[in-house]
Amino acid sequence: MSRLGASAFALAALAAVLPAAGPAYFLHLLIQILIWASVYTAWALMGRFGFVSFGHGAFVGVGAYVPALLWNYFGLTPWVGIPAGIALAILVAVVIGYPCFRLRVVGHYFALVTLALSQVVLLTLVAAREITGGSLGFTPKAAGHSWYALQFPEKTYFYVIALMLWLLALSVWRWIDGGINREALEAISEDEDAAAAIGIDVLREKLRITVLSAALTALGGAIYGQYMMYLNPESVSGIAVSLQIVFAAIAGGVYSLLGPTVGALLTISLTEGLRVWFGVTFIGAANTIYGALLVLCIIFMPQGIVGTLRRAMAARAPKAAAAD
Amino acid sequence: MLVVEGLSKRFGGFLAVDRISFEVRQGEILGLIGPNGSGKTTTFNLIAGNLRPTAGSIRLDGAEIGGLPAYAICHRGIARTFQIPRPFHKLSLLENVALAAFYGEMKGISRAEAERRARQALDLVGLPSDPSTRTAGLGAAALKKLELARALATRPRLLLADESLGGLDAAEMEQAADLLGSLRSRMGITIIWVEHIMGVLMRIVDRVIVLDHGEKIFEGAPAQAAVDPRVVEVYLGKT
Repeated sequence: MSRLGASAFALAALAAVLPAAGPAYFLHLLIQILIWASVYTAWALMGRFGFVSFGHGAFVGVGAYVPALLWNYFGLTPWVGIPAGIALAILVAVVIGYPCFRLRVVGHYFALVTLALSQVVLLTLVAAREITGGSLGFTPKAAGHSWYALQFPEKTYFYVIALMLWLLALSVWRWIDGGINREALEAISEDEDAAAAIGIDVLREKLRITVLSAALTALGGAIYGQYMMYLNPESVSGIAVSLQIVFAAIAGGVYSLLGPTVGALLTISLTEGLRVWFGVTFIGAANTIYGALLVLCIIFMPQGIVGTLRRAMAARAPKAAAAD
Repeated sequence: MLVVEGLSKRFGGFLAVDRISFEVRQGEILGLIGPNGSGKTTTFNLIAGNLRPTAGSIRLDGAEIGGLPAYAICHRGIARTFQIPRPFHKLSLLENVALAAFYGEMKGISRAEAERRARQALDLVGLPSDPSTRTAGLGAAALKKLELARALATRPRLLLADESLGGLDAAEMEQAADLLGSLRSRMGITIIWVEHIMGVLMRIVDRVIVLDHGEKIFEGAPAQAAVDPRVVEVYLGKT
């Protein structure tokens, strides 16, 4: 555990000096990786217990759109707008989660219900085009460099914000991992009846982790929106975003602290790398290769990349000790 | 301590439990027997909160508990075991039982205290209490003991033991029966014991209730049950 903490700290230190090292495009990628790594980590809070949500795109969308809408129409600062977006995401999580958990909608059925949820948010954003700009997207009113509007043309500001968001997500993950709630959730994921029989309030535990995951995801969406200064229903909500979250988190590894982060690092650099490499030739080839690599990852490394590496290292350690 | 009145459970057109009434007295061991499909386990599930009664009442020390969720029943001091053991394989043996100690009473005890109680419960049933033992690879007898340890760790006043001895050999059966008997004498736990195997049960229980097709057909001393014509008919068929 302390070794994990140390490596997280080392990563953070490395992250602190990185922005000075490269061009603006590099920093832009890094900010995106940190924001999405936080969202994937938030998803893994639930995902690691087998509560596989295909609806987290909805929380990203709500988190991103609410502060932007409140800012443009009412001049309300994101300092209030972001908590409002998180509150709405929590409300959505409870409205979907409560009946699901009450009626024991689990596994594939839970995945399907949540899949519908992410599409509902996307369609709502598109349908309310008078207000949200629909498929054309939505641009928050620019305010220059402003703490009040939480807008900064300089990327370094958002780099620090994204870094803090990421550290927050990691601490939440650690907090859950170290508590007895983790064991209760493991028990629930194996056998809800047996868990209830020893006094665990299954409904409450599941709702709690869902709300936590949704809130953190919405915060990630909000920071993403503030940074990009342009929201599009397709890029912050809907099935595509939900699938991106699920695949990246699983590919990186949902059972390890840094798994989702590795997932973000890998998928985002891969998408960008393939996009730059292929450019405008072979349209679609980049996405095909990206998809194929993800499928291979998930089939051959069900523990994720970090989980597989850790297992390989654990297997080698006793051998090395024996050789001494 | 537990009063069941007119308890019924209907699954669609099938009446699994039909207006059963009985009482469990403080400190006794009550046997609940009957052939397969007679409604024993359904009655258990109704008391433990895994099923909601269609009709009737279940009162614990005067308070109605029928229809409460399972976790709330556990918090009120009723613990159950499952007919087929249901351990949490992702957790160690000790964690399985410590989790029950932690959540069983909802009194906000510390993790260390939960582990201490878990060790006690594991010692009591005769399982290893070191943190490294996993549930994988435990035999049928050990898994039954784990069920019992997990139930005991919630500090119940009333224990519902569901066919605790199925799948054990004769010696293990005797041992397990003695263990249930000692729980009453040492810890003052009241027990309802559901069992197929009448022999061992008869030696330990104070009273038996016999169910057939969801109805109570006998209530009384074990010795009388063995000679009651209706009970004999249900178990051995018409002569």
